[in-house]
Amino acid sequence: MSMRRTFLTTRRIVQQLRHDPRTVVLLMLVPSALVGLLAWSLQRSPGSFNAVGPKLLGVFPLIVMFLVTSVTTLRERSVGTLERLLTLPLTKAEFVNGYALAFGLVAVVQSALVSTLSYTWFGLTHHGVPWRISVVALCAGLLGTAFGLALSALAHSEFQAVQFMPAFILPQLLLCGLVVPVNELPTALRYVADVLPMTAAVHAIAPLQSSAYYFGQIAIMVAYIIAALAVGAGTLRRTTK
Amino acid sequence: MTVNPPLPWALAAEDLRVVRHKNEILKSISFSVKRGELVGLLGPSGSGKSTLMRSILGVQAITGGTIRVLGQRAGAPFLRNRIGYMAQSSAVYLDLTIEENLLYFAGVLELPSSEVIRVVDQVELAALANRIVSSLSGGEQIRVSLAIALLGSPPVLVLDEPTVGLDPLLRRDLWRTFEDLADRGTTVVVSSHVLDEAARCGRLLLLRNGELLFDTTPRELLSATGAATYDEAFIRLIEGA
Repeated sequence: MSMRRTFLTTRRIVQQLRHDPRTVVLLMLVPSALVGLLAWSLQRSPGSFNAVGPKLLGVFPLIVMFLVTSVTTLRERSVGTLERLLTLPLTKAEFVNGYALAFGLVAVVQSALVSTLSYTWFGLTHHGVPWRISVVALCAGLLGTAFGLALSALAHSEFQAVQFMPAFILPQLLLCGLVVPVNELPTALRYVADVLPMTAAVHAIAPLQSSAYYFGQIAIMVAYIIAALAVGAGTLRRTTK
Repeated sequence: MTVNPPLPWALAAEDLRVVRHKNEILKSISFSVKRGELVGLLGPSGSGKSTLMRSILGVQAITGGTIRVLGQRAGAPFLRNRIGYMAQSSAVYLDLTIEENLLYFAGVLELPSSEVIRVVDQVELAALANRIVSSLSGGEQIRVSLAIALLGSPPVLVLDEPTVGLDPLLRRDLWRTFEDLADRGTTVVVSSHVLDEAARCGRLLLLRNGELLFDTTPRELLSATGAATYDEAFIRLIEGA
């Protein structure tokens, strides 16, 4: 694998974003605006916002980056650029890692913005360490990108790719502890919830926890990122039927 | 670059068969092409031209037989910077400028940026180099795709209907470019369904329903069919036999 070709791919994706300012603005502002809306709607019970707000910092990047990545990579398939690249000396790992890096950068900026606004403007007081929350937000963004890359192989149209969102993301959203605390779930569902990547993001953000527990949850997320990137690279085919 | 030993054939297919979704797309095709030959691949739509070209690239899964390019199995890593390919889909990043597209593909091929300037000139797009591809006309987009195929002056060029939708002047210029390239030793395979322009090729391969109907020179094609014009010869061949 050549880092040079990976970085070239990253640069090309960033260039594509630069030519699409509307998408950039949406990527940056929508998560912040949603957290702001939540803060506003819970204005009369600041305790609730302090409980739910941080969790959303781990959930939004995953959803947004999942959608963006699945649609972008699907477009590479339908326009034919992916097939062209795979006839050239570009490896599958370089392609997939180029995407992970580019959208990882987007996730960094996005999460920095949403956490800064949360702590200053939206009045979030959280007993956690801010940088730890940013790391979770970054991992969540990378998770979304990695799963988007892996699942886009299954979609034959952009319409199908968008349908993967409710099929893949919403069950995690229901089980991750945002709606019902994980330890109050029926036993079978709790076992499922405990191994879902979004649950790890929510767990890692929970306040008052040991470093060992925090890094354990981060490790789960990183393992998922690596596995999903490997699947994403594996589903790229140089030859098709 | 590895040293290329002098090889007898640039392309050699033997009993090449492709079956897709139980349809036989290519039925036992055999032919060979010398280095520096300009070959026109003709046939009505659905005759298997694109599948044959994708087989040369190694992106098409083959059911039987063999196809070798520059002495190597089609799709071998050795060939990844030695075949310039232009698919029927433009396979260009529509949201990047011409220059950004070419710089990315040149980077993947490890070519200097001077190579980008050369190919942009060759397809006469220098004046538009900073334009976003989606804002270009269809003919201009095709030329961007062709420019990418020409990067690095590969010894083999596989061009799938490169002149579709272009005005007569540009078509003439492009065919001159193909003739020039072939004169200087590049093996060029061009598909078309316009026999008139393909008559500029030294050699014609005519496909119909996945069978190689004719492997001949344009002149012989006329005398064999007794037709006065190439278009008439084409129609007689497709309707007859």
